[in-house]
Amino acid sequence: MTTPSLPSSSSEGLRNSLLRLSGIITAFLLTAIVLVIIGASPLDAANLIAQGAFSSPEKIAFVLTAWVPVMLCAAGLLLTFSAGMWNIGIEGQIVLGAIFATGVMRILQNSAPPAVVLVLAALAGLLGGALWGVLAGVLKLYGNVNEIFGGLGMNFIASSLTVYLVLGPWKRPGIGSTSGTAPFPPKLWLPAFNGFQVSPVEPALAVIAILAVFLALRGTYFGLRLKAIGKNLRSAYLAGVPTDRYLLLAFALCGGLAGLAGWVLVCGASARHNLFPLISSGYGFLAILVVLLANLSAVWSVPISFFFAAIAMGSLQLSLQRQLDSSLGGVIQDLLVLSILVTQGLQARLAKKKG
Amino acid sequence: MQTIVILLASVLAASPPIIFAVMGETINEKAGVINLSLDGSILLTAMVAFVAALKTNSIPAGFLAGMAVGAGVALLIAFASLTLHQPQVATGFVLTLLCRDLAYVLGNAYAHLPGPQVPHTAIPGLENIPVLGPILFNQDPIVYLSILAVLAVWVYMFKTQPGLKLQGLGERPAAAYVRGVNVTLMRYVYTGIGGAMVGFGGAAFSLLVKPGWARPYGIEGTGWIALAIVIFGGWRPIRAAMGAYFFVLLQTVANTLQSVLPNVPTQLFPTLPFPLMILTLVLVTIGNAEWMSRMLAGMPAWLRVAVLRTVKTLQTSPPAALGTIFEKE
Amino acid sequence: MKVELQKICKSFGSLKANDNVSLCVEAGTIHGLLGENGAGKSTLMKVLTGFITADSGQILLDNVAVQVTSPVEAIQRGVGMLYQDPLDFPALTVLDNFVLGCPGGVRLDRAAARRALQTLAAQFDFTLDPDAAVSALSIGERQQLEIVRLLWLGARALVLDEPTTAISAQQKAKLFGALRKLAEQGKTVIFVSHKLEEVEELCHEVTVLARGRVTGQAHGPYSAEQLVRMMFGQVVTLRKRTPVPLGEPVLQLDDLTISDWRLEVKGLNLTIRAGEVIGLAGLEGSGQRLLLQAASGLRHPTSGKVSICGKDLTGQPYINFLNAGVSFMPAGRLEEGLIAGMTITEHVALAQRSREFVVNWQQAERSAAQRIKDYNIKGRPSSYVEELSGGNQQRTLLGLLSSQLNLLLMEHPTRGLDLESSESIWGLLLERTRHGTAIMFASADLDELLDRSDRILVFFSGRVAAAVEAPSTSAEQLGELIGGRGV
Repeated sequence: MTTPSLPSSSSEGLRNSLLRLSGIITAFLLTAIVLVIIGASPLDAANLIAQGAFSSPEKIAFVLTAWVPVMLCAAGLLLTFSAGMWNIGIEGQIVLGAIFATGVMRILQNSAPPAVVLVLAALAGLLGGALWGVLAGVLKLYGNVNEIFGGLGMNFIASSLTVYLVLGPWKRPGIGSTSGTAPFPPKLWLPAFNGFQVSPVEPALAVIAILAVFLALRGTYFGLRLKAIGKNLRSAYLAGVPTDRYLLLAFALCGGLAGLAGWVLVCGASARHNLFPLISSGYGFLAILVVLLANLSAVWSVPISFFFAAIAMGSLQLSLQRQLDSSLGGVIQDLLVLSILVTQGLQARLAKKKG
Repeated sequence: MQTIVILLASVLAASPPIIFAVMGETINEKAGVINLSLDGSILLTAMVAFVAALKTNSIPAGFLAGMAVGAGVALLIAFASLTLHQPQVATGFVLTLLCRDLAYVLGNAYAHLPGPQVPHTAIPGLENIPVLGPILFNQDPIVYLSILAVLAVWVYMFKTQPGLKLQGLGERPAAAYVRGVNVTLMRYVYTGIGGAMVGFGGAAFSLLVKPGWARPYGIEGTGWIALAIVIFGGWRPIRAAMGAYFFVLLQTVANTLQSVLPNVPTQLFPTLPFPLMILTLVLVTIGNAEWMSRMLAGMPAWLRVAVLRTVKTLQTSPPAALGTIFEKE
Repeated sequence: MKVELQKICKSFGSLKANDNVSLCVEAGTIHGLLGENGAGKSTLMKVLTGFITADSGQILLDNVAVQVTSPVEAIQRGVGMLYQDPLDFPALTVLDNFVLGCPGGVRLDRAAARRALQTLAAQFDFTLDPDAAVSALSIGERQQLEIVRLLWLGARALVLDEPTTAISAQQKAKLFGALRKLAEQGKTVIFVSHKLEEVEELCHEVTVLARGRVTGQAHGPYSAEQLVRMMFGQVVTLRKRTPVPLGEPVLQLDDLTISDWRLEVKGLNLTIRAGEVIGLAGLEGSGQRLLLQAASGLRHPTSGKVSICGKDLTGQPYINFLNAGVSFMPAGRLEEGLIAGMTITEHVALAQRSREFVVNWQQAERSAAQRIKDYNIKGRPSSYVEELSGGNQQRTLLGLLSSQLNLLLMEHPTRGLDLESSESIWGLLLERTRHGTAIMFASADLDELLDRSDRILVFFSGRVAAAVEAPSTSAEQLGELIGGRGV
């Protein structure tokens, strides 16, 4: 990833901020153009999305619900990006977490107190995701498979596995269908809070995760060594960093956090409470976008992930209330990240011309 | 025997989109630019081609539209990389999502509409040759074009001076520069051409192999596979084409396997070729792994030679300058 | 073709790489361009061959002023450049490399090219296999390929940039023979180097550059003193080492066999004692690198024993070697030694290899400041290492070494550095030997090997061809051993 360089003068800092701002505005303008092309009103769409995200406590709860898995994944991705890896396999890691969590819950649901079951399921989710992450790492280290394609392959396998489980051994009694396994009873749901459809456990986990990653990257030897690996693997190795171990650890931790997100997706207060295909819902890739937009800053990834979650939830209204595809939300998110990449490049070019 | 003929014929019939995508991507990767947006690009170009053909009632217009969009997306990646120095993987990743989302949003109104399709055109006379006839000569014009494309790329790359320069370009841009190649310009040009071919492939989906448009369209994931096939093909056109046909074969066979294994859920089969394709990548790149060389060093000479020979034939390595930026100073 | 550069000026930012440099080379002569690293030789030649454009000044070919704005234009006008690392395509064959870029439209006439290649190569007694992959060729052979290619494209003036850095003695002899033949044919040769002896041997005339300016010109026969004075301003005398009392064995290799895909070194026996300095001589790829890798634990031997300070560490992971006080300094400072994008402080923290969890940044910064002082590094704790000059990067690498070091292994410790930096770095290294560190280093610089080592091991084709005592060996003897003679 390109290391952002500090502006050498306040006028340059101002110019950079203006550039970034104009990039963001351009992104919104382009979205508006897309809407006009299909004959919809940009203002109407924007209003719908905002309403869809914030118009009632329930809606806000949904945004928080979406925010948690994205934040968890973003925290994990900061680790793998630090180590110079593109963990495209994160979607599969979420899925495996969900699968392991569902498995544990199916086995224990009637033989242990709910709190214990949930905690064990969370640990199982962590384990499942970590395992899937480590596998991608192993493929890279020992199979020499680029982690992008290894991750993709693992995503596909995870997806096939889910389909198999949902329609095979774990199918609903009667007719198996792709709507998923039999939902878990309410005692196994994370409790809602005061009528607010989000359990405090969920955002708490997310906050703890990003805080931990932030501190780890800044102030621990673990973070320093990851950074060294990410910038120059060979030099790090010669300096005595156990590179293989650290790479696998980064994959394991990121996978673990993603697996935890999978658990949240099954057990969260507003979840569907079952396992179904595509349960990861693209949250993994969304987290990659968040981290890119935040330029690998842990601090910025918090508000950005929240903003993206809001867009994601809000844009669901588009297909419900108008004939608009909810992917419009995706268009906004993608354009924002693209605009940042472009402005970063422009910043660098202008800085070079002067210097 | 008859089933094999039908099988091969259907493989060939379904192959053009992937062949064009793979050929296009091979070209721009050979020049040193990776187009990670392939999955989204194919979706977007398929949608655009269908809508264009529908509105103008002209199939060539559809293909042209697909090519234009494909080239546009690819050139965007080239611009971000060559002029703005942003990592190609990052831009490509964002664009793959953006193209897919745009395809869904813009194409929403056109889902499930019937539209024009490329007509079947057998080559008279030749189609009656036993075995080869039905397979090779009883197809659509796009299929014939796809075979020609593979051959054209091969001839260009290995038998012409500009093609040789293309090989050098992705390998060592500094040396190409010294021999008169305008590195940045040629990278743009080849990326544009590659993108146009990808767009042509996308159009071949919605106007031939899988006519129409829907959400989801059903080919999601194919672009990623095309990228893998380029690696599998060692950035050489003939071998990449073999990889493409192999993948289409897997897809075709997966559908017929259903009748053999009735207990396995239907939905599983279409997904199977994907992990299989990715796993074959392991075979192909494993020869480069460090632990392999350690292992080989410990083997008796005759065994080492045998293993090396098998690994070397499978092994591929990318153009050395893939993804890098060329600075003169 | 007569080549003339008049009053060339070229600056990079505030650095004046070429300051009013003028050079005149008559047709049919070999002209040497002598100077230390950073003197401006490469820049001048890049201007001549179109790679960069001068800020001011003129280029005249056969007394006609020309504009050369790209390497292709240069070769069209008959000026070709052979780069230190030849700009060829390792993944393609010799023939394809030869024919790529040849004007003549879209068609590729490989048959004609093949004939031309073979004819030209025969003229200079070069043996080149048209179907071999260039990646399998040695640097000397790649140079030969480039030379015939440039000649085929019509070069009448050839510039060679430090061509003898990594070629064998036989290849050098062939190269010099070819250059002399070219001069006889009326072509012009410009030979850029920082090696006095070669320039003395080969060139009819010499221009000396220092710090961007022409400091003198001479023609043969030359006086080495005069040339050195023109290069440095004063005669540099290399200090002789004061012998250091040797201690216990630090490294012991017993009947060691190490190999990689291409080479196998068999039956190595070696003992190094504390305070000793061992130099490894030989052409690239003769086995020195393998030895260093085995001694540092980076590569496991296929048989034999490696002991560090009496402990058998054969086959153990690299970390154990590090913990036993062995350190390896690679040749690629930024590629393998330092980490671009990290500051000196961060490197110091990383090098501590602490078992702690949290990093004490203040302490790391203080430690970095101390090392900057001790090792005379021109930089601050917060400087990014990629901003430092080559010499300062090497000093940083030295400064990162732990204080208790038993064995220091180095590849080309002063490659690319000027004399002053080399001196000060060896001063720091020898200080370590006085504290009991043993040093083993590989180098291509005969003077460095002879002046700094106690013993020299000469490698040739995977064997230790000879082991000599440095003080009693002459440069000629060493050169012969490296070239394989008397083996």
